[in-house]
Amino acid sequence: MISSLLPPLLGGALIGLSASLLLLANGRVAGISGVVGSLLAPVRGDVAWRVLFLTGLLTGGLLLVWLRPGSFPAPTSLSADGAWLLVGAGLLVGFGSRLGNGCTSGHGVCGISRGSARSIAATLTFMATGVLTVFLVRHVL
Amino acid sequence: MRSNISAFLSGLLFAIGLGISGMTDPANVLGFLDIAGAWDYRLAFVMGGAIAVHAALRPLILGRERPLFTAKFPTFSASGVDRGLLVGAGLFGVGWGLGGYCPGPALTSLATGAMPLLVFVPAMFAGMALAQVPRARRSASAGTPVPGASPAP
Repeated sequence: MISSLLPPLLGGALIGLSASLLLLANGRVAGISGVVGSLLAPVRGDVAWRVLFLTGLLTGGLLLVWLRPGSFPAPTSLSADGAWLLVGAGLLVGFGSRLGNGCTSGHGVCGISRGSARSIAATLTFMATGVLTVFLVRHVL
Repeated sequence: MRSNISAFLSGLLFAIGLGISGMTDPANVLGFLDIAGAWDYRLAFVMGGAIAVHAALRPLILGRERPLFTAKFPTFSASGVDRGLLVGAGLFGVGWGLGGYCPGPALTSLATGAMPLLVFVPAMFAGMALAQVPRARRSASAGTPVPGASPAP
């Protein structure tokens, strides 16, 4: 029981450490949707660190593929329905995280660590609609 | 230059943390959101662990005059909870519940080259771009900086 909680706790601690490093070294908030989304409307002098952060994320992903492949789901074939569902999901995640100024990392980790009322409200909201969506998909439809 | 290295290392650490925590498997995420089913509460400890570490280190970091490699620490909008925040977060949650991916795990998982990510990530960027078009226009007309210039969230 306890041992199954260690990976989430350790992984979470590393995420907290990453956010702290970015704040200490760069004076930036580690909100993924903000860091990466701002690359779509680039501002001169504010691009390189974002690209490097994204490169770090992808490099970390490659390291995981190599050293800890079980971190990812086993590959399966993707049906046309499944692909359209993911298109919808991606559009909503991208649009919603930018409109709401943050996602799981920016609001859920950095904002709550700061005690921000906006981030607490956002986190409660996306948790609630996420739970409701899964409920509808799995138990109603 | 040094600020680019620290940004790279931060991204790397973030991805490793996501992978170890279980966030890069959408089955875990959907299991966490499925409180009416066989609720898998483990991912609550990811956010808990991250907040515990960051909330503890933050005050120490902000005790400095400035960051190590840049000029200043972020300032945050003093505006309260508004409609854009709630509507955006609400839509984000629906997409999260449909696909089981939020931006960090999706980008990290892109490294697998698996088909679901090759579909999800471009759609996510398209959604981000859609949200930013009206914002950039508003900002331009109001004479305030574009979103990229201000720290999120």
